[in-house]
Amino acid sequence: MSDIVVVPPPAPEPSEAEERRLLESTISSSRRIKNRLATLWLYASFVLVVIPLGFIVAYVIAKGASVLSVDWFTKPIAIISSQPGGGMAPAIVGTIIITFWAALMAVPLGVLGAVYLHEYGGRGRLARLIRFMSDVMTGVPSIVMGLFIYTIWTLRFGLSGFAGALALGCLMLPIVIRSTEEMLRLVPDDLRMASYALGNRKWRTILTVVLPAAVGGIVSGVMLAVARAAGETAPLLFLIGASRAVNWNVFSGPNSALSLQIFSNASTPFAAAQDRAWGAALTLVGLVFILTIIARVVAARFSLKHQ
Amino acid sequence: MTPDQTTAAEPVVEPVVTIAADRAPEPGPAPETAPVVFDVRDLNVYYGAFRAIRDANLHIHRNEVTAFIGPSGCGKSTMLRCFDRMNDLIEGARVEGSVKYHGVDLYGDKIDPVEVRKRIGMVFQKPNPFPKSIYDNIAFGPKLAGIKGDMHEIVERALRQAALWDEVKDRLKKSAIGLSGGQQQRLCIARAIAVAPEVILMDEPCSALDPIATARIEDLMQELKSQYTIVIVTHNMQQAARVSDRTAFFTTEVNETSDTRTGVLVEYDVTDKMFSNPTDERTENYVTGRFG
Repeated sequence: MSDIVVVPPPAPEPSEAEERRLLESTISSSRRIKNRLATLWLYASFVLVVIPLGFIVAYVIAKGASVLSVDWFTKPIAIISSQPGGGMAPAIVGTIIITFWAALMAVPLGVLGAVYLHEYGGRGRLARLIRFMSDVMTGVPSIVMGLFIYTIWTLRFGLSGFAGALALGCLMLPIVIRSTEEMLRLVPDDLRMASYALGNRKWRTILTVVLPAAVGGIVSGVMLAVARAAGETAPLLFLIGASRAVNWNVFSGPNSALSLQIFSNASTPFAAAQDRAWGAALTLVGLVFILTIIARVVAARFSLKHQ
Repeated sequence: MTPDQTTAAEPVVEPVVTIAADRAPEPGPAPETAPVVFDVRDLNVYYGAFRAIRDANLHIHRNEVTAFIGPSGCGKSTMLRCFDRMNDLIEGARVEGSVKYHGVDLYGDKIDPVEVRKRIGMVFQKPNPFPKSIYDNIAFGPKLAGIKGDMHEIVERALRQAALWDEVKDRLKKSAIGLSGGQQQRLCIARAIAVAPEVILMDEPCSALDPIATARIEDLMQELKSQYTIVIVTHNMQQAARVSDRTAFFTTEVNETSDTRTGVLVEYDVTDKMFSNPTDERTENYVTGRFG
């Protein structure tokens, strides 16, 4: 056996050009192309989704802006629908107070219901039943809800804004329950444990720790429900009548709503009425937009600070 | 600062653990005379049909740090939770036997667990400050207990005792979530202290923290000892040796018939003796690192 061990000569140091070529070629060109295509596709999808939204907003603003004026917000509804003139004050007031009352009924009930479902009910029979029925309610057509309230309320007490509020509240309730429950689920159990360990009772823990931690998400869910309610037309068709003057009393007398005005104006062939319909649409979109912003500001105040 | 604690006689086994000179536990009251805070007799804890702890008996003494050590799943945390009735919150948990706090059985019929928890505080493994401001975190407990008095003073006192005041005094209104891990854990300790409990239970308080934060909290335990009774669960044997006056060693026993493991209290004694001259062979094996 030879004593001499042959050691292969060390590989030459790669030159700078070679080094660069080695580093640059780690991602093959086919992967790079696929990466670019995927990114492009994502951006394109985003644009596709935003286009209808942008279109709608732009169209509504373009068509509706011409009708807006001080009169629009203050005058009663025109008697002659074929001529321009008159305002939308009754409809604006109607939408605001009817939606307000609907929210007043649906939000506390919905939030407390969700608190029961998540914190107390768990997997019990009653909780499962409530969840199931809440899901069923989400699917009930809004006109059926309107018919239901018509039968039990309007036939007895007559047309009123409150009847509309009842129907809208029923539509809002399942949305509030489901979204609130999801938000409560997201609050980590650690926080509840910390509160109990300090000698806090369950209901106070929910009030002082769990709900504040979830309030941002709860408000989002509530705004979603409010937006749906403000825009519903079908149930209001035969519940609130059609008042031409502002009616601040939600409990008696017919009332008006923006969604109904859009419907009745758009169904006529007159150009003036069509313009009013667009104006009402713009007002409704603007109203929901403002409400959402207010809600977010309020929630940010109540919610807990995050660094 | 503190005299180095020398072990009593020639150690029978060479311990893996050595007591650091600068952090040896303060010499506490003599074992026989220290008043008893918790008296645990024949404790068995079940989760449904599964027995987590079998026939545990021990005393926790006032103004001492007691450590529970042992391998995973041996029931240390379960045992700790028995002291403030936090096991009640776990579905299917059942406690048999008695846990007496100053002579009163905590699991008696008329005992309100909420009142128990006001006197016996707990700090958890993962720091869990509320997503509120630092001030509101500390004031949370006293406010709900209806403690009258200057809230600012109460908050400051708690933060000083937890060695956190200097670091946060200029940002009390900022969110507690913005603090570092070690600071958050000290905040949780301050939060527990603010309601003036008698006992502080700590479930692996340092396991989520870096060594420096750990050292600060260990120092804190020594300072707090004079005012509170502290029971800590720890995976870290060296920590138990550094910090505690008494140590309880738990282990798991396998039930042949049901093929489950049950936690069992093996030995409970003054820390020095546990680590230098333990009585039970299982303890010896554990502390010398032969197993676990």
